[in-house]
Amino acid sequence: MVEVLSQTSDQSAEFETQDLLLNVGPQHPSTHGVFRMVMTVDGEVVRDVIPYIGYLHRGAEKLCETMDFRQGIGFMDRTEYLAAFNAELSYVMAVEALADLEVPERAQWIRMILCELNRLSSHFMFLGAFGVDTGVFGTPFIYAWREREALIDLFEEVSGDRMMYAYFRPGGVAWDVPVNFVDRVREVLISATQGINDFDSLLSENEIFLARTQGVGSISATRAIALGMSGPSLRASGVDMDIRRDEPYLKYDQIDWDVITGEHGDVFDRYYCRVLEMRESIKIVKQCLEHLAPGPILPEKLPRMLRTPPGEVYLRTEAPRGEYGVYMVSKGGNRPYRCKVRSSCLSNLQALQELTIGEYVADAIVILGSIDIVLSEVDR
Amino acid sequence: MRGIAKSMARTFAVFLRKPVTRDYPTYHKPIPERDRAFPLLLWDEDIHEPFCTGCHACERACPVECMTVLMKDNPNHKNLDGTSSRRKIIDKFWIDYARCMRCNICVEVCNFDAIAMNNTWEGHEISVYDRQDLVMDLPQLLSQSRTGNINEWVPVLGQTNETMSETDAEVSN
Repeated sequence: MVEVLSQTSDQSAEFETQDLLLNVGPQHPSTHGVFRMVMTVDGEVVRDVIPYIGYLHRGAEKLCETMDFRQGIGFMDRTEYLAAFNAELSYVMAVEALADLEVPERAQWIRMILCELNRLSSHFMFLGAFGVDTGVFGTPFIYAWREREALIDLFEEVSGDRMMYAYFRPGGVAWDVPVNFVDRVREVLISATQGINDFDSLLSENEIFLARTQGVGSISATRAIALGMSGPSLRASGVDMDIRRDEPYLKYDQIDWDVITGEHGDVFDRYYCRVLEMRESIKIVKQCLEHLAPGPILPEKLPRMLRTPPGEVYLRTEAPRGEYGVYMVSKGGNRPYRCKVRSSCLSNLQALQELTIGEYVADAIVILGSIDIVLSEVDR
Repeated sequence: MRGIAKSMARTFAVFLRKPVTRDYPTYHKPIPERDRAFPLLLWDEDIHEPFCTGCHACERACPVECMTVLMKDNPNHKNLDGTSSRRKIIDKFWIDYARCMRCNICVEVCNFDAIAMNNTWEGHEISVYDRQDLVMDLPQLLSQSRTGNINEWVPVLGQTNETMSETDAEVSN
């Protein structure tokens, strides 16, 4: 070893440098869950990053095969705990497509309102956590928590639970919303608008925040598509793609709203796309409330135990983090033969290596935060 | 600099707002009637026995298999000079609260409205040192309903606000 060192010093360099292996996680507050990155760093610059996943694997897909369609809903909640309504929606819509169930109007509007509100609460969670990632300690996190609390209180009044709602059923929703639901939603929307304004003036124009985020972790549109990204992370690169508009499910075709796209595909665009998307969500919910009319919320003839004919279906919806799809195969009977979840987070995470290599170590955390992963959805 | 000044101004403005935090252990937020803590069994005040007949419907429907149900012949049945019309009644009932995932399915499948999700603060403030203590037996499951300390809300699938108020009106008539 001494000989080798002396050899190199003879050649050119004054001293030998060595890449350092830096392990982040799995128990690390900045990895947003149990996620492990092994980074090879050259000084401050990341040369290589290897992500390790699977620490939160619970086999939700396999469990669904042993459960009937109603029992599976509870496990879908737990695949994506920050936007459980959206996760449930894909699952129950897949079951409905298999069983050829008609969903009543009112149930569809209720589903839409709750999913958009859930998108709000999930994005608030992102803004708060992302603020902490960029080093704005505490303030945005607590702002986000304040607004998310109002939303979660509303979800509790509707479904009875704060995170694992288990509220959607194949064919509609389990029971009706409370009598004062519309007023409560309007109340919450006012406070949420205020919360978004808070974030906008706190972060979006702050020079320190801009210096931390602009131009960091850029990805081109073609590469983002090639890596299978979806949702706000993809739209930030300038790809105009939103499943809600392109393949309208529920009642999105009757609503007037815009798809937000970014320009540079850097961390700031991914952040700002979400802020603007939240304003669009508020717009959607306001229109939905006007369409909400009394009526049935479940089909009249719903069997006690739902059975589907044999068949297979892939159904995708736009969850807060991207395309959340459920591929379901049925061989007849009351349970799926196979239930595969296409996780938006897992696909978005594929871009991590490409985004991080060549950036600074401190920016690696910001980049990971900007993809907005939920590890329970990655591992399922 | 303008952006930073704006951020500081906003922080100061929020600082002047009314706080939204509450001192939890001293103040208990009123919780909605639909709130779901852990399931418990309901007590029939008229005949002084549980509603549950031990039909195993909830046990079979439970996705996480947290329930164990044993049934027996009702000693208080009318044929045996009792007052109850229930031929069978619950003998032993365990719910493992550590396993339960509060999905509400047991409440939906129950034919006798005998089980409900706890919607009081008692259902949330369960802390034990030993995991075994979370396996609740029949007296523990019934105790809260027997003392009347529960505001039961048994959801009926597919019931809309209109039909709900109609049935309420029928009951009051």
